[in-house]
Amino acid sequence: MELLEIFASAGIWGAVLRIATPLIFGTLGALVCERAGVLNLGIEGIMTFGAMIGWLTVFSGGDLWVGLLAAAAFGALFGLLHAGMTVTLGLSQHVTGLGITLFASSLSYFIFRLVVPLASSPPTIEPFQPLVIPVLSTLPFFGDALFNQTAPTYLAILLAAILAYVLFRTPLGLAVRMTGENPHGAEAQGVNPIAIRIGAVMVGSALMAIGGAFLTLSAFNSFFPTMVQGRGWVCIALVVFASWRPGRALLGALLFALFDAYQLRLQAVLGKAVPYQLFLMVPYVLSIIALIVMARRARVPQALMQPYRRGER
Amino acid sequence: MRLERRAHRPLVLVLLAPVIAIVTALAISGVLIAIAGAPVLEAYRLIITGAFGTRLGFTETLTRATPLMLTGLAAAVAFRARVWNIGAEGQFYLGAIAVAAVAATVFSGWPPYLLIPSSLMVGAIAGMVTLLVPLGLRLRFGVDEVVTSLLINFVVVLFVSMMIEGPLKDPLAFGWPQSIPVGADAMLPKLIDRTRLHIGLLIAIVVAVLVYFLQSRTVFGMQSRAAGLSPTAATFAGVPLAKTLIKVACLSGGLAGLAGAIEVTGVKGYVTTDLSPGYGYSGIIVAMLANLHPIGVIAAALFTAAMFVGADSMGRALGIPSYIADVTVSLSLLTMLVSIFFTQYRIRR
Repeated sequence: MELLEIFASAGIWGAVLRIATPLIFGTLGALVCERAGVLNLGIEGIMTFGAMIGWLTVFSGGDLWVGLLAAAAFGALFGLLHAGMTVTLGLSQHVTGLGITLFASSLSYFIFRLVVPLASSPPTIEPFQPLVIPVLSTLPFFGDALFNQTAPTYLAILLAAILAYVLFRTPLGLAVRMTGENPHGAEAQGVNPIAIRIGAVMVGSALMAIGGAFLTLSAFNSFFPTMVQGRGWVCIALVVFASWRPGRALLGALLFALFDAYQLRLQAVLGKAVPYQLFLMVPYVLSIIALIVMARRARVPQALMQPYRRGER
Repeated sequence: MRLERRAHRPLVLVLLAPVIAIVTALAISGVLIAIAGAPVLEAYRLIITGAFGTRLGFTETLTRATPLMLTGLAAAVAFRARVWNIGAEGQFYLGAIAVAAVAATVFSGWPPYLLIPSSLMVGAIAGMVTLLVPLGLRLRFGVDEVVTSLLINFVVVLFVSMMIEGPLKDPLAFGWPQSIPVGADAMLPKLIDRTRLHIGLLIAIVVAVLVYFLQSRTVFGMQSRAAGLSPTAATFAGVPLAKTLIKVACLSGGLAGLAGAIEVTGVKGYVTTDLSPGYGYSGIIVAMLANLHPIGVIAAALFTAAMFVGADSMGRALGIPSYIADVTVSLSLLTMLVSIFFTQYRIRR
């Protein structure tokens, strides 16, 4: 019975939103790239770099929002690098993405170590404080959990709605989706698939970096190597789980975070009876299961991972 | 300006591609070293002398190159058949922990000439199984093996951590999480006394040559190449696609598992969760630098290992974070992709 009582505590629902926020940003970022036909495996490294540069900006005196913006800007730059290689030159999206992950994460560690030569405990910053929404937060039970979050969390939820609108209700969104389904057809309709892809990868990568920055600017208050812990790969799996739809991506990230928050509390309840590593495996195993369940059902953008060159088929 | 496919790839360019890539990567890293406030040329000199200048440094470079050759081969054989094995890190660890589990228990008392080959075989099999899971998911359910093999890495490392804090914990390690030792008899003989260099290096080189012959002289080699170039065309030509991919996965996973087995029986003698400083991921870089050629992998692994060993000693001398090695090596993967591209295409106005 104890196992179900966990859900009755308001604390877990607040934690779900906190855990979900970086996943929402990351998943939406990957989704934007893939909707335009580009798989961005740079996500893990871009999130790491976002976490580092966001923290560094605030640590050297910048505002928290400037930190988020810095993360977004550098994310977009890595996106430009990825797009330059995979879209302009048409190189393998798998290998380029992995290369960017390795490059961006090692560059983050290098810069971090340069600024903070071996300190026993990593230096901290003053993170985002919860933004309590008046009236709503006083609602019984869910009020405190849902309306007592930091600003980026609200932003993440809003972003899913905005992206859903842009992708499915605007000409720009149509152009992006056409490019991801059939770039030759898009070109025939007067859309420039190359420009759309470069733009989408830059925007998507900026979102990934913001997701990473949330870790250092809101979830924790310091940076340490390997802190992203495979969240980027989880996001790539969540995009498939979401069938490339922003609303479902939001839902998937929340569902995923619910499992994660639950296993964290389960560890406390079950204690020593079960090795803690089994709990830590849960997110990765869940991602694999999500992929298996959705693999045949999801409607993949038809031109995903296909390079586009004018006049070449 | 537009890109135009070359009618044929000039051999000089193909051979020069890695050189150009590495020089470019080193130049960009030089900018970072300069920003960090250190003399750039002095830093490079220290990297070279650190990696090759002393007996200790040189044997250390060779010791580090050994697992990189095997994980590099693992990536190279897989990528050639378009099996995206990004899970070499997990295969490495499962290979290592499998050896730790059997060497001093099931195989206890066996003579070394039987014990060592059987231990390495167990490691290779563990690696195979680790890769057959994501490949099986691809063949059965159509799940992209890139993401699953990556995710499995995290699961395997947690599993290893669970083992070395649980059933395989060394009771004599003062509470440190490390596995029971494989035992003196299972340890690979040293190549040079009083260094860490062991015969694993020779095994890796022999394996690279064997893989080369397997790829260039056998039906399997031809089929795996065909499967990579075009799965549809390969099927029409009568290549059993699923069977070929399974064989490729066995070879690739086996090589990565073997790397783990050799590292544990060659260097440490027991497993910890920092046995590999990312050998699995660096293997991808090694394979790409070698342009997926098995013999090239040997050279690429030496370069990568030298960067890591050299940057360690350079970093200590000049106060530069040794992560500069990771930066250079990962950059060289990106520059290599671009320089290979320009062996196939040229810019026309």
